[in-house]
Amino acid sequence: MFPIPIDKWKPATRRVYKLTLPIALLIWLLPMIAVLVTSVRSTEELSEGNYWGWPKHFALFDNYREALTTSPMLHYFWNSVLITVPAVIGSIALAAMAGFALAIYRFRGNSSLFATFVAGNFVPVQVLMIPVRDLSLQLGVFNTVSALILFHVSFQTGFCALFLRNFIKQLPFELVEAARIEGANEWTVFFKIVLPLIRPALAALAILVFTFVWNDYFWALCLTQGDDAAPITVGVAALKGQWTTAWNLVSAGSILAALPSVAMFFAMQKHFVAGLTFGATKG
Amino acid sequence: MSHSVTRHTVDGPVQPGGSALPASRDRAPNVRTRGRRPSPTARRQRRAAFLFLAPACVMVAIYVIWPILSTIRLSFFNWDGMTEPTFVGLANYVELFNAQTFYTALKNNVIWLLLFLLAPPMGLAVALYLNQAVAGIRIVKSLFFAPFVLSGVVVGLIFSWFYDPTFGLLALILGHGVPVLGDPRYATFGIVFAALWPQTAYCMILYLTGLTSLNAEQIEAARMEGARGWSMLWHVILPQLRPTTFMAIVVTIIGALRSFDLISVMTGGGPFESSTVLAYYMYDQAIKYYRIGYSAAVAVVLFGIMLVYIVYHLRRMLRTEQ
Repeated sequence: MFPIPIDKWKPATRRVYKLTLPIALLIWLLPMIAVLVTSVRSTEELSEGNYWGWPKHFALFDNYREALTTSPMLHYFWNSVLITVPAVIGSIALAAMAGFALAIYRFRGNSSLFATFVAGNFVPVQVLMIPVRDLSLQLGVFNTVSALILFHVSFQTGFCALFLRNFIKQLPFELVEAARIEGANEWTVFFKIVLPLIRPALAALAILVFTFVWNDYFWALCLTQGDDAAPITVGVAALKGQWTTAWNLVSAGSILAALPSVAMFFAMQKHFVAGLTFGATKG
Repeated sequence: MSHSVTRHTVDGPVQPGGSALPASRDRAPNVRTRGRRPSPTARRQRRAAFLFLAPACVMVAIYVIWPILSTIRLSFFNWDGMTEPTFVGLANYVELFNAQTFYTALKNNVIWLLLFLLAPPMGLAVALYLNQAVAGIRIVKSLFFAPFVLSGVVVGLIFSWFYDPTFGLLALILGHGVPVLGDPRYATFGIVFAALWPQTAYCMILYLTGLTSLNAEQIEAARMEGARGWSMLWHVILPQLRPTTFMAIVVTIIGALRSFDLISVMTGGGPFESSTVLAYYMYDQAIKYYRIGYSAAVAVVLFGIMLVYIVYHLRRMLRTEQ
């Protein structure tokens, strides 16, 4: 183990280490704590100039009610849900099938197809902006959640297919062969044999894609206009423009925007980290 | 932090190493069936492969491949998005290479890239600091990682307040306001600093996972030989962490070249376009000024820069796949 495990340290240094941990954590999370505290600060206090001190009165309900009722926050939030959930399901469904095919079948063009999926991950998304915007206009989905869903499904599929293909390659191939000998058709092999085995990978991907799509701002800006289909990231950025001095309300909005992905992360931490660090230990 | 998924995937995308060969040998029977006249099984399997791949391929082709080609084509046209595009040859590129803002954006991209590469060493430092088994360390690790799951918009907002010259925490600490985001000299640095926060968290988690898979025997042996501290880190630990470092650098470079959200939220590329980068510049030109062709040319340059990197990465990956 590196560094030397703490049990082998001198007691004094050990105590110092344990003491520094909460302090380091506090400094590291200071920006987040500041937003949390600001979101419950009353407007009067802000106008008195108490921006960073501990709030004297808590205005939790007032602030969140105000942020929710005087701005279309809930509407944005709902749009985000409408975009993210189908995008996650769609990209994972497509990628599971593609990853299965790439891992199990041998055919000409397999590796070039795989390379295409990998390369697609690294493309600077801005290169896609103009044509995708145009395409959405032509399909008549511009400024609807469908435009964002379609794009996110396609873009995330590449990443997920790469991930799942490698995961399925690690499975014992005998399972597939045994099933075939038993007379299972290809769909059954996929659905009944492989799919249950890759569940952890699917969970890891689902949570990752969820965060990516939920936090997306660029595509929301490109493919929506006005409030109709705008997700919460756009909503919060717009709040900043409208309420330059109402930090407490903008903070409340930010918390709402951050809440789902943070909650998802803490709920499914194990899978999240597994997905993220995928491939980081050997290579 | 080791668990089932990582264990399954330690062989990862970059190098399935030894395990790939036996696996493909297992698959040999399928190849044999690919004769002059394929057997019904082989035909059925090929059809299945095609059907399984078709939906993903269609979507990727429509939303990723075709747009790249279309952007390259558009970069030779003059187009406002509404009237007929007119072919102008290389005029967009000529204009681009003579535009002051293009060089500002390019320079800022380089600043982003260089400063962003501080994230892997900083992440490593934090990971080493947290790699101890004390009570509650799991929750501490997750809290350290939390900034990464925040949206760029939220991070941008938080740091705009932090830098606010009248009310900001920075002004409070320094005793006087410094308009970080309002000053062309500091704006980019201010944004990169904010962006380093989540990125360091990301690198930290990569290194924390990497540290769990270190070879304990090697470390003990090195310790016997008297290796300590820096020399231990440099000669024993870092070589073992090379895949992790590679991964951390990959995601950091991609992150640096994709930077958009923070710039858009914090400065909008300003003041006087001093904090713009290629990604933001192209967005600005297309959405605000309707200069689609010109904006496509900027995107192509950005893509070209990335392409060098993509090709390098793909070659490395395919080589290790062999």
